[in-house]
Amino acid sequence: MPLVFAGVCSHAPGITGRAHLADPDQKDRLYRAFGDLREQLEASKPDALVVVAAEHFANFFMNNMPSFAVGMADRYEGPIEDPDWLNIGKFTAPGNPDLSKRMITEMMNTVDVSYAEEWLFDHGIAVPLSFLTPGFDLPIIPVNINCQGPPLAPLHRAWAFGEALGRAAELVPERVAVIGTGGISHWPATPDSGRINEAWDHDFMDRWCRNDKDALLDYDDLTVYADAGQGGFEIRTFLSISAAVNGAPGTVHFCEPIPIFAVSCTTATYDLSAG
Amino acid sequence: MSLYYVQKYLYELNRSQLVQQAHRDDAELAVRSFGDGGRLTEEEMNALVQPDIGQLYHFGVNGQILMHFAAFHQVEWPDYLESMREGIRIHGPVREGVYALTTELDAVNAQVHARDAVENPAPERPEED
Repeated sequence: MPLVFAGVCSHAPGITGRAHLADPDQKDRLYRAFGDLREQLEASKPDALVVVAAEHFANFFMNNMPSFAVGMADRYEGPIEDPDWLNIGKFTAPGNPDLSKRMITEMMNTVDVSYAEEWLFDHGIAVPLSFLTPGFDLPIIPVNINCQGPPLAPLHRAWAFGEALGRAAELVPERVAVIGTGGISHWPATPDSGRINEAWDHDFMDRWCRNDKDALLDYDDLTVYADAGQGGFEIRTFLSISAAVNGAPGTVHFCEPIPIFAVSCTTATYDLSAG
Repeated sequence: MSLYYVQKYLYELNRSQLVQQAHRDDAELAVRSFGDGGRLTEEEMNALVQPDIGQLYHFGVNGQILMHFAAFHQVEWPDYLESMREGIRIHGPVREGVYALTTELDAVNAQVHARDAVENPAPERPEED
């Protein structure tokens, strides 16, 4: 059946790990926005949540780097980071290997994906899940788009992946929700950490809300790197969600730069009833 | 130099409690066991053993890998950021990998600004009172 929920959110490790260093009022408003996102997700009564994330060398390395990978395990452990550093305790989230297999099989009709029956969640998935499914009780299907180790898949391939994901969800009887996680502009874990291009972020999210394919694909990695940092490569996860929802319009619920979290912290959803 | 193998060592350390324990027990032995035979240079092995976060950043180690190595050594976040800045001051720009793009872009920008300064010189500012 058609997707029952589609949205995006930030996944920066500072959101949980350095929460005590942020302005308390701003942090609380961000956490409330995550709470609202959780309520929207729960209201959609999903059978599974596909998390399209950009992982950070937790499972995949330059010895065998997939451009697109989908999890097919019955359980996933996390976080791979030090729980004290991330401020998220060790957890095990359920998977649904049968659903994964059916969706992967369908997606392979149009795009090439790797699959993984073993996957350790890093902050790219653990931080969003700590807000969206704090009991870690909803079956998860993790997806990784390589946004870290160039050469990276071109944006139009990320778009094609998103379209394949939306089609695969439509062809299974389960109620599938999707969330894309990542940053917009940011320079994470570098000396420039905390630098944020707020104007660039708002322009990108405007394109995302209009679900304007041409505008979303009108970037190249060199200018993204110059304007939005290497963290900007993660727009692949956001625009894959755009591609999955057949032109539905989006709404930004929260988008504010929080330098200690290294990113414009964002939550946004697509109105699937209008697609 | 081998940025690939420097990062590979850290990737495996970040993932494996066994590698972490071996590194805690005897960092020199753990690093040399991995790096001997031409995988790593002496300079690279020394940076991993010390650890020299700034030099590792200068080598081009991705921050998404390096920040966990810093956390493994109980380096606080502000000190981690400052270590990388210090590494650039001491050793020079990032020499390889994705962050080397910064250097290339900076060079391009510098050329553009220099050209613009010649073609469109700024008007002389009046003497301030």
